[in-house]
Amino acid sequence: MIAVVMELPAVALEIRKEVIRMLAQSGSGHPGGSLSAVEITTCLYFHALRHDPKNPQWEDRDRFVLSKGHGVPVVYAAMAIAGYFPKELLGTLRKLGSPLQGHPDTRFMPALEACTGSLGQGLSIATGIALATQMDKKDRWVYALISDSENEEGQTWEAAGFAGFHRLDRLIAILDYNKFQLDGAIKDIQDLEPLRAKWESFRWNVQEVDGHSIPELKAALDKAKQVKGQPHMIIAHTVKGKGVSFMENNNYFHGVAPTQEEMQAALKELDGDPSLSNAMVAAGKIKKGGK
Amino acid sequence: MEKALEKKMGLATRDAYGQALAELGRVNSKIIVLDGDLSASTKTNLFAKEFPDRFFNVGVAEANLVGLAGGLAQAGKIPFISSFACFMVCRAYDQLRMAVAVPHANVKVVTSHGGISVGEDGASQQSIEDVALMVSMPGFIVAVPSDEHCTRALVKQAVEIKGPVYIRTGRPKAPLVHEATTSFSFGKGILLRKGKDVTLVANGLMVFEALWAAEELEKSGLSASVIDMHTVKPLDEDLLIAQAEATGAVVTAEEHQVWGGLGAAVASALGRKCPVPQELVGIQDTYAESGKPEELLEKYGLTGQRIAEAARRAIQRKR
Repeated sequence: MIAVVMELPAVALEIRKEVIRMLAQSGSGHPGGSLSAVEITTCLYFHALRHDPKNPQWEDRDRFVLSKGHGVPVVYAAMAIAGYFPKELLGTLRKLGSPLQGHPDTRFMPALEACTGSLGQGLSIATGIALATQMDKKDRWVYALISDSENEEGQTWEAAGFAGFHRLDRLIAILDYNKFQLDGAIKDIQDLEPLRAKWESFRWNVQEVDGHSIPELKAALDKAKQVKGQPHMIIAHTVKGKGVSFMENNNYFHGVAPTQEEMQAALKELDGDPSLSNAMVAAGKIKKGGK
Repeated sequence: MEKALEKKMGLATRDAYGQALAELGRVNSKIIVLDGDLSASTKTNLFAKEFPDRFFNVGVAEANLVGLAGGLAQAGKIPFISSFACFMVCRAYDQLRMAVAVPHANVKVVTSHGGISVGEDGASQQSIEDVALMVSMPGFIVAVPSDEHCTRALVKQAVEIKGPVYIRTGRPKAPLVHEATTSFSFGKGILLRKGKDVTLVANGLMVFEALWAAEELEKSGLSASVIDMHTVKPLDEDLLIAQAEATGAVVTAEEHQVWGGLGAAVASALGRKCPVPQELVGIQDTYAESGKPEELLEKYGLTGQRIAEAARRAIQRKR
């Protein structure tokens, strides 16, 4: 854990704003799945993870694998605020030569721990790290953030089975259950329910939380560590595009960055004034997607 | 005049891998072995027996197997991962790409049942595409050892390299083509015979066949160089070009599709540096079938006789 002067809700707000700014500046990227994971990422980087931004390769650090690689802007924002690199670097997202690649790439930023972006693979990699942790009896926690639609990938369940069978209790996965995937609502494409029962049947210790409640997330992360002999799954119920009214549950913003005008409205709304957002919606300027 | 070729059978290259791996396990505690429920066939069972705490049978789950290896390497281990070539490479190609190749992870991928000499099991188990797929993945070293000596040496050397290595072994016993004292190095081909008229470049089981072809050619007064090109990537272009220049014609022979394997790599090098006639012996863009290994090698043209015929064609095409 690192020292922060801000309270976690203030950190979350800052991360949310940085996500909007960097995506608007890059002109491409995935706002929806970054905004749904703001509180999760906040609680990881500023509550759960034992890490040292000034020494990212510290051997005994906890490990965090972002399996839903398209959500990497929220991780970049948290890393910048935690002190891994100057905030100004966020403006280089997705630009040639930037260490802030469009999806996590350890060649450019080793602290991301794994190369992801091809969905369904990150949990296996985190499971491998957890296996090494268990073999070496290290006091290390391994975290993975997976998306809901990654539960459609067979490999996710291969990893789930392995981790459950081998009782990898140093592995804590968080599922950002924002209910949408690129083409629409998950319940229409391939409903995942009963999701909790599925993970429990693979021998995981499962908790369900409001993924935007910092107290609930903190409590779940702490509580997971008390349960021995099972890997941990925290199903975090979230809202895609959370925090910006015209992005919430609007799947148009799955993979489309905000325009400059949308960015101004979103930032203003995040500061408590939704007038610009409301005006844009009223004027029919906001594109809609999903259901 | 070389001494007459004698067909002395050695171990299958998969057996040599299993033995070398167990030996490595005794001196390097970082080595972890993962297998996808084929350890009795890939021969990782020898390691498993001796080091049960460092062996994991992940079940029939190749995608997860490769992902786990990426995570283990991330945490400082040296994973050796094994399955049949077709399941490891074709089934888990995206995982090899994302968890191993892109991050240049220190993972050693050693497969068995390369080629059609798998035999009776048929096309689903016979890998004829793995070399092409693996050479196209940036950063991977790709090798197809010819006999037990070559296999042991390359497996042991793989540990000294920090980064991804792919080694393909085979199911049947392999004729010995090297001495136990021969030294091997990834990226360095071995000149087994030096001739004037044609250069035969082969790997895996085809190295012995190339030596047989060289003797056959000698009967009609043609002399052939023979190279064991065990490493397809990086290709030993220096040795290849020197022999191509000296002989003016090349034949490649591999137990693999002619598209994208050793023959294609050699053609690329010759095209750039020394355009001489080349003939390709390999699987001609088709899947094989069930049968005895030797029947299949005969039917699909992977014999010394066919290499000799190809050599005569290549020599005729010289200007």
